[in-house]
Amino acid sequence: MNIDWAALGAVFGVSLAATVALVGLFALGVVSLARQESAGARSAGGAARTGQVLAYACFALCAAAVAYGIYLIVA
Amino acid sequence: MEHITLLLAIVIATALVFDFTNGFHDTANAMATTISTGALKPKTAVAMSAVLNLVGAFLSVEVAKTISGGLINEEGIRTEVIFAALVGAILWNLLTWLLGLPSSSSHALFGGLIGATLMSVGASGVNGGVVVTKILIPALAAPLVAGVAALLATRLTFRLGRHADDKATAKGYRAGQIASAGLVSLAHGTNDAQKTMGVITLALVTGGVLAPGANPPLWVIVSAGVAIALGTYLGGWRIIRTMGTGLTDLRPQQGFAAQTSAATVILASSHLGFSLSTTQSCSGAVMGAGLGRKGGVVRWSTATRMFVAWGLTLPAAGLVAAGAEFLTGQGTWGVTVVAVLLVASSGAIWYASRRKPVDHTNVTETGAGTAGTDAGTTGVPEPAGVVTTAVAAVAPPPVAGTAQDLSATIQAPAGPAGEPARTASV
Repeated sequence: MNIDWAALGAVFGVSLAATVALVGLFALGVVSLARQESAGARSAGGAARTGQVLAYACFALCAAAVAYGIYLIVA
Repeated sequence: MEHITLLLAIVIATALVFDFTNGFHDTANAMATTISTGALKPKTAVAMSAVLNLVGAFLSVEVAKTISGGLINEEGIRTEVIFAALVGAILWNLLTWLLGLPSSSSHALFGGLIGATLMSVGASGVNGGVVVTKILIPALAAPLVAGVAALLATRLTFRLGRHADDKATAKGYRAGQIASAGLVSLAHGTNDAQKTMGVITLALVTGGVLAPGANPPLWVIVSAGVAIALGTYLGGWRIIRTMGTGLTDLRPQQGFAAQTSAATVILASSHLGFSLSTTQSCSGAVMGAGLGRKGGVVRWSTATRMFVAWGLTLPAAGLVAAGAEFLTGQGTWGVTVVAVLLVASSGAIWYASRRKPVDHTNVTETGAGTAGTDAGTTGVPEPAGVVTTAVAAVAPPPVAGTAQDLSATIQAPAGPAGEPARTASV
């Protein structure tokens, strides 16, 4: 009986890092978008535009992660 | 020859029934949090999960070469052993569903295989070391890994969103949660439908219908995919309720964090060579997300019952399978008796479930009425009820395992579910 500690450690590390990174990224996008909406209601300034761009960049990265997930399932 | 054909037909039907129970047992993994946070309506959620499970079944062409992953020696395995293992796994799945407890369907199948093999060829057929590395260690690691990841992720969402309006962000989190849940469903279809295909293919090979090493015929792939999708669509509402609202209360951020953590852990573990149970990862993630919110609580009484069920999965499914294997070893009449007992037990469990149905209309009900007493959450009056019922199913000698299981479930004071007794249609 040999327990593959290396694989277990890798699972732990990768899962932790990927989850926190992804959730953080997505949360950043959601929050920026929400802020942009409330800011946009007052004045359509540059800050609102920046928030929007940031939000979509975050979502695009998350979409890429989902695509990679599907690739992992199919492969 | 005729005998073999009939036995083979029974095994294939039983394998599909197992696939079906696997589907509705595991709907909760993908959709419990999605339903409880309101990201999707219950019916929409299970429909989406069912479609993705079906798609997942066709995605991968690499059929599980071994159904047990080296747990037992599959050389020269008899068709009866597969049948007995399936009986044990199905009954354990149904019993835990009746009690509303999420438990791993794969572990139930492993337990059944171990029990049936022990009865059939003795301890030499089982690889003890693999039991530890493939079942015990992952069972401890899965909830821990997923839980810690979900906890940290939840903290992060609340930290990032502390100045944001909850209402404005909720929509975004729900969308993200749906994506994560979709990934979990897809992965489940690929893994678990494959398992059933592997079982049927192995049965066909041992029955001499297929050549060893052959790929599964198309009808096997289609029927396994359809069975798991149908099961998923019916929705194991009792388990969804436990996981979605019984363990903790989830807000959209937490649901998103939990589901993403579960999806990541499942994909990472299966690709880094240390497979973790989907059910255990999801339960762990939900608890972690519960603890991650300030003032969040985990209902440890429900969690404890779930852990007890995990611990009992292997021995309980194994004992029933061993009893079934003893009977099938007696010849054709033994196989018939086991089949009849399986149908009767399934019917009894379904009947017991009708007394307190849980379906898509009341799956998110929570609060003082249900969660407070625990009774509504799992359909059992008190924590001891689960343990005693479960022990009752385990305690009797192996020979009487199936029969005792039947009587134990009749006594079970539990109730709910909109589950049809399709499982009884063996």
